[in-house]
Amino acid sequence: MSSLALQVAQAAAAESGPVTLPGWLLVALPLAGAVLLLLGGRKTDSFGPGLATGLSWASFGLGVVALIQTLGAAADARFTHQVLWNWIPAGSFQLNAGVLMDPLSLSFVMLITFVGSLIHVYSLGYMSQDPDKRRFFAYLNLFIAAMLTLVLADSYVLLFVGWEGVGLASYLLIGFWYKNPTYATAANKAFIVNRVGDMGLSLAIAALFATFGAVDFATVNAGAEHASTTALTIIGLLLLVAACGKSAQFPLQSWLGDAMAGPTPVSALIHAATMVTAGVYLVVRSHHIFEGAPNAQLAVAIVGAITLTYGAIVGCAKDDIKKALAASTMSQIGYMMLAAGLGPVGYAFAIFHLITHGFFKAGMFLGAGSVMHGMNDQVDMRRFGDLAKYMKITWITFGLGWLAILGVPPFSGFWSKDKIIEAAFIGEGWRPWVFGTTALVGAGVTAFYMSRLFFMTFHGKARWTDEPKQHPHESPLTMTVPMMILAVGSAALGLILGPTNIFTTWLEPVTGHHEHGEPVLPIPILMIATLALVAAGAFLAWIRYGAADVPTTAPAGNALTRAARQDLYQDDFNEWVLRRPGAALTESVEWTDHHGVDGAFEGLATLTRESADRLRTIQNGFARSYALTMLAGVVAIFGALWVIN
Amino acid sequence: MGFQAVSVNYWAVMPILIVFGGALLGVLVEAFAARSVRHSIQLSISVVALVAALVVLVMKSRHDQGTTLGGAVVIDGPALFQMGSVLVLGLLSVMLMAEKFSSAGADAFTPMGAAVPGSDLERTATNAGWGTGEVFPLALFSIAGMMIFPAANDLLTMFVALEVVSLPLYILTGLARRKRLLSQEAALKYFLLGSFSSAFFLFGSALIYGYAGSIHFGEVSQAISAGQTQFDGLLLPGIVFVLVGLLFKVGAVPFHAWTPDVYQGAPSAVTGFMAACTKLAAFGAILRLVYVGIEANRLDWRLGVMAVAALTMVVGSVLSVAQTDMKRLLAYSSIAHAGFILTGVLAFDKAGVSGVMFYALAYGLATIAAFGIIAMVRQADDGAEATSVRQWDGLGKSHPVVAGIFALLLLTFAGIPLTSGFTAKFAAFAPAVATGGKGGVLLVIIGVLCSAITAYVYVKLIVRMYFEEGKGDVVAWTPSVVATIALAAAVIASIGLGVMPGPVLDLAGQASQFIR
Repeated sequence: MSSLALQVAQAAAAESGPVTLPGWLLVALPLAGAVLLLLGGRKTDSFGPGLATGLSWASFGLGVVALIQTLGAAADARFTHQVLWNWIPAGSFQLNAGVLMDPLSLSFVMLITFVGSLIHVYSLGYMSQDPDKRRFFAYLNLFIAAMLTLVLADSYVLLFVGWEGVGLASYLLIGFWYKNPTYATAANKAFIVNRVGDMGLSLAIAALFATFGAVDFATVNAGAEHASTTALTIIGLLLLVAACGKSAQFPLQSWLGDAMAGPTPVSALIHAATMVTAGVYLVVRSHHIFEGAPNAQLAVAIVGAITLTYGAIVGCAKDDIKKALAASTMSQIGYMMLAAGLGPVGYAFAIFHLITHGFFKAGMFLGAGSVMHGMNDQVDMRRFGDLAKYMKITWITFGLGWLAILGVPPFSGFWSKDKIIEAAFIGEGWRPWVFGTTALVGAGVTAFYMSRLFFMTFHGKARWTDEPKQHPHESPLTMTVPMMILAVGSAALGLILGPTNIFTTWLEPVTGHHEHGEPVLPIPILMIATLALVAAGAFLAWIRYGAADVPTTAPAGNALTRAARQDLYQDDFNEWVLRRPGAALTESVEWTDHHGVDGAFEGLATLTRESADRLRTIQNGFARSYALTMLAGVVAIFGALWVIN
Repeated sequence: MGFQAVSVNYWAVMPILIVFGGALLGVLVEAFAARSVRHSIQLSISVVALVAALVVLVMKSRHDQGTTLGGAVVIDGPALFQMGSVLVLGLLSVMLMAEKFSSAGADAFTPMGAAVPGSDLERTATNAGWGTGEVFPLALFSIAGMMIFPAANDLLTMFVALEVVSLPLYILTGLARRKRLLSQEAALKYFLLGSFSSAFFLFGSALIYGYAGSIHFGEVSQAISAGQTQFDGLLLPGIVFVLVGLLFKVGAVPFHAWTPDVYQGAPSAVTGFMAACTKLAAFGAILRLVYVGIEANRLDWRLGVMAVAALTMVVGSVLSVAQTDMKRLLAYSSIAHAGFILTGVLAFDKAGVSGVMFYALAYGLATIAAFGIIAMVRQADDGAEATSVRQWDGLGKSHPVVAGIFALLLLTFAGIPLTSGFTAKFAAFAPAVATGGKGGVLLVIIGVLCSAITAYVYVKLIVRMYFEEGKGDVVAWTPSVVATIALAAAVIASIGLGVMPGPVLDLAGQASQFIR
């Protein structure tokens, strides 16, 4: 009793900040939806999807209230920390479970609940014919709850709970049509690759505990200044491993393409807008650690630069519309990671790009879903073409997303991506040149492959299959309305938040204020160079895929194209360098176990059994020999004792 | 020199007197009550006597600790704990012995012990529906002896207790209703070998008396400490002989040979009683002798007992592998367990005392329940116990509850964590490692390895019950309410000692101080 009262008192004392509504409700509502739909079974079939959608919107509503309350406070008072209960009382180590609502987490709350709710609505139309609709919505709600747990957590351990939760939801949704073995394999692949990242995170938590004796953000952030660089570097690199797994960054990116096996709304929500950005969130959330570990920070930037190039190259060669978009996602998250690895100058832009990307990429995925909906689930862009006439809304909304990702002013991407390119050119020595050039060239390649995707799908000649006969048509309103809303966001969000500096100021309490350095090249030159490269990329794509005829079967292509189609042989690399040696090791250990350990063990067992068979003959049933045994025993004991004494 | 009456603290020894009184009353009932009501009267007397003794023990005797009866008996912590344990285990055993199933009398026992097996007289007695009510007073006499055994404070009292324990057991062993020849053979063997060991004990006592000039443990201990040298050569043989007498009772190798034969031949309920109570009481006596009487020169004899302990564990566990009869298998298992307990004795520490007492109690509960189950599993055709392990194939499917409980008991014997077997082994082994020196560590290593061997045996039985196809020729008879209560109590107590051993461990810890 007294300990409970004490906990409540502590919780009340820890209650601070402008947000007065209980933050746990944000998580609890969708979680309740998931539980209800999963346990309720068929009884909830009729109202389940609607309820799930409603709960997601309710969570969004609460998020808006929290946001308004936070905005009402002074900039440096925009932290709300609500302690829920004493979660892990382990002697001298105490860990509370709590909700942390600050500008960073609230930005994510807005993105997750708003885009998430839109996608719930979209799914009402997209999944309307699926017999397992209820299960789908249960998983979606589960995902929302887990993702909110991840961003609202006040400690690394609670974050880990959300981290694993989104991994689970992702696994369940990728394998939603699990009866198709390829899809089930894709789900397994995503899960297993993510294990590597999760191992990184759990080791990072262990390292945090070893270094700071605590795993909550407040203590860790406060202690980071005084910790040794070595410890911080180790923690930083482990966190990077975690981020690479979840955010499909090099070298753990192989799962994202296969993850497109899931229903398209899932790809939009989880594998484009929200979950895959968790790695960026983790890096920015841990910025105190990375600032004390320059080498780890550099590693983040390098990983980001490699991945943005990697994704862009792969994106150029994919004919599957969803896989092309997935490659693009990978590349764009590469941009965010690069920005996060640049240090204080980049944090706000990383998150800004993350938010705008969430809108336009989700919008484009939903557009891709709409195209598939109208084309009998065809995903091969070589069998699309000329769809603009038949799917006007999809074409326009997709087009806005396309302009946004290209970075055409004044659309969203221009405000966020160009800032990252600029920031990448800031610095001394070789870094601005390498990172800046990579980001700049990446923008051109992005323009090429996204335009390729856009033209192949909506323009040029119709290359539809005859079997099944295609009748492209626009999707129902439940699907197009979310697309329209997201398109508005793609178009205007950047303009509202970017030039006004609203967003960077908003994040400042978390990321710290940072005076802009000067790029190594003048900003106007950078801007012009970027736009020129984007225009060139788009133009090239128009020549090859808009104006010219696109063959319905892929041409052989050069070595780079073939490599890009195979994801630059990442799977083969994994197969030959990791899986086969791993399997060989397992097999050899198994062999040793079977022949060596088991052999010794079974030998002992045989010995035991044989001695048992031999010994039991002594037990012959004659009382006289029993008595003799006793006597012999006595004599033996005497003999032994006399010898010893 | 006149005769001087010793002073008796009656409350202290009242539990023993109550059990003796119940036994004598039982004899009178057997002589005078009508046949039809004998069984129920006998059962009532036994249960009432044992419960009353337990109540008095807890309420009164606990507060009257000290030596009494002229120093012949000492009521101290270990004695009280083990008297209590014997009463509890004895009560459960008697309730199981009373099982009638469809017979007129107790099902396990022959209607007429004096009749030649297979004779007309036996058939007549069976047809007349006679029963052997004398098993109840016999069991009570034996229980009374078992209560004196750990409380005996001199060699002669201990010897008398040994005989009071043993003589009724010899008779009980020979009273099986089925397989009577086997039963009588077992009784005779037990008697012969038991007499042999008693002779060792008595001779050893004489030698120790010759050395110390006294049979009181306290005075023997003083004599050893003082270094009496005149008859120095008598001490070690005396100690060895006395120990042989006691080690015989617990079934330690090489004095174990009677165990499998007797366990197999005796009625199962009696086997359970012997395995649980006799072992517990004998270990009580060993603790008293070793810790109070002869600890002073333990360096001289310790190695011998260590060798016996090691041999007991190894032979018991190895031979259990080759057994094909359920009762013989459990007999060898009990031998191995005796070795494990001996390891705890050799800790020479208070923690060792409590560990041994806890082990004996936990093992006793599981054993009584196990033999209770064996008594229920019968051949479908003739109603004899299905003691061949092969007959237990597929029991998990045909009788899930019986098989489930038995599997649980087997896991307890194996010492799987969360069972009382694990706690008990830990309680006995930990002090041996802590205070038993290198020898203790060695014994514990042997003990753990032998546990692995016995675990194989037990798990194989579980595999048989659950993963083999049965022939369907075995049935489990439904026990009466009394037996069900006893079984349930034993199983629940056994589980309780595994899941929540704290209270009993604490009690054993508090009760581990001998009064010298």
